[in-house]
Amino acid sequence: MSPRARRIVAPWVAGILLFALWEAGCRLFDVPEFILPAPSKSVEALIQYWPGIWKNASHTMYTTVVGFLIAVAFGLALGVAVGTSALLYAALNPILVGFNSIPKVAIVPVLILWFGIGTVPAIITAFLISFFPIVVNVATGIATIEPELKDVLRSLGARKLDILLKIGLPRSMPYFFASLKVAITLAFVGSVISETVASNEGIGYLMLSASSSFRVPLVFAGLLVVAALGIGMYAVAALLERRFTHWATRGMDSGFATGG
Amino acid sequence: MFAHGSAMIEISQVSLAYGEEATGGVLALRDATLDVSEGEFAAIVGPSGCGKSTLLKLVSGLRPPSAGRVSVAGAPVTGPLKIVGMAFQNPILLPWRTTLQNLLLPLEVAPNHRRRFRREKQAYIDKAQALLARVGLSDAGARYPWELSGGMQQRVSLCRALIHEPEILLLDEPFAALDAFTREELWETMQLLWLDRKFTVLLVTHDLTEAAYLADTVHVVSSRPGRIVHSRAIDLPRPRPLDIRFTQEFVDIVHELRAHIGRAREGGK
Repeated sequence: MSPRARRIVAPWVAGILLFALWEAGCRLFDVPEFILPAPSKSVEALIQYWPGIWKNASHTMYTTVVGFLIAVAFGLALGVAVGTSALLYAALNPILVGFNSIPKVAIVPVLILWFGIGTVPAIITAFLISFFPIVVNVATGIATIEPELKDVLRSLGARKLDILLKIGLPRSMPYFFASLKVAITLAFVGSVISETVASNEGIGYLMLSASSSFRVPLVFAGLLVVAALGIGMYAVAALLERRFTHWATRGMDSGFATGG
Repeated sequence: MFAHGSAMIEISQVSLAYGEEATGGVLALRDATLDVSEGEFAAIVGPSGCGKSTLLKLVSGLRPPSAGRVSVAGAPVTGPLKIVGMAFQNPILLPWRTTLQNLLLPLEVAPNHRRRFRREKQAYIDKAQALLARVGLSDAGARYPWELSGGMQQRVSLCRALIHEPEILLLDEPFAALDAFTREELWETMQLLWLDRKFTVLLVTHDLTEAAYLADTVHVVSSRPGRIVHSRAIDLPRPRPLDIRFTQEFVDIVHELRAHIGRAREGGK
């Protein structure tokens, strides 16, 4: 098998091994279903309750993606502002770090107080939990422009906006796309947390109500769905990253055959 | 002393301190005085950390002097000039742009080019290709900088500094990071480009052979705070072949410069 084929197969083998271990463990030690259901039971529940799971999962997808998109827009804008101005960076950095340290689950009740139970708190939680890495990465990309490069452009009569558009933004793109991979999975965490605390829709709500009626296989079916959605969104972000910033890896991941 | 046109760069009694002046920050330059004629190739040599690079920042207008006067083309420098090109030890090309796109960058931002650039893009591309061909890189335009060798990258960096036809070229040790053979090739390329258009050059280097080979005049700067302690005209005919370095005349010049550097290192204070 070629090294390339091996790299494609490896994650599937690892995944199947994990499930096989889990299944074997459950059967071997006869673990009761309401404590840890075997993957086969979880998949069974997944098929049995599919229409309900699908409806709730798509709602979670919706709140996650909307929250994530707001985070991208806000994160880019704030990242550019903080990255271009050292003063703004000094002013806002402690606030940002402080805010990021607050567990977002503590904010959900406040959001519910303001916006009521449902979609809006989930979107806002997804946004709040995922914008920080985008800000930090975009700001880093812009703030670390080589001073000589700035000198070259300034001595050409370039305006600050030119330097940002021609150098700062393209330069920060690898950082930006790397942060998207982190942010999209965080956005899922945000949405599901909010739905778990208080909602009447979404995969978090489904898992909460399933566990309160001891339908543990259904809870695990929900977990599997969340994990699958996360992997899917991560893959989309990674694809975008490769598409737009192939230069950052010096073309290396297009196959090692050309390296040398 | 110089058989050139009127003074292009005039630096008179210039001092520059970094940091808080009140608390006596580091003095990079003290009473530096230097003239470069129009079309002259001037080199500045000196011990490391003597404020050579600072001089370039002053000339380009990227930094104001603490005291003294810097004039370019007869007018005092008050802000970043728009008639200079710059190249550094690090080629700092943009990895997301191809070589050709890197060359076009100055034309996209320079105020006197940017509007015409959009209308006459093809003409500018032809011009960039011609410049690449002049430095022996005619087939590198579509490649990315990270696909080029260090010497090729530095050639591109020189081309980028010249594409907008600046009147002054400021060079901050642009050949210092190259291996010896590549460096010699680049010296030839540099001489070729300069003979083509005879712009004014200010080259900062710590390589005496490089300075003597390329320059019309070599200025020796003392250790910090930097002052011009010696100026030497190099009257060797052009174009200079690389072999000229092994003639007695050339060797004597380098020896003489070396002696001044020795004194400059001891007695800067």
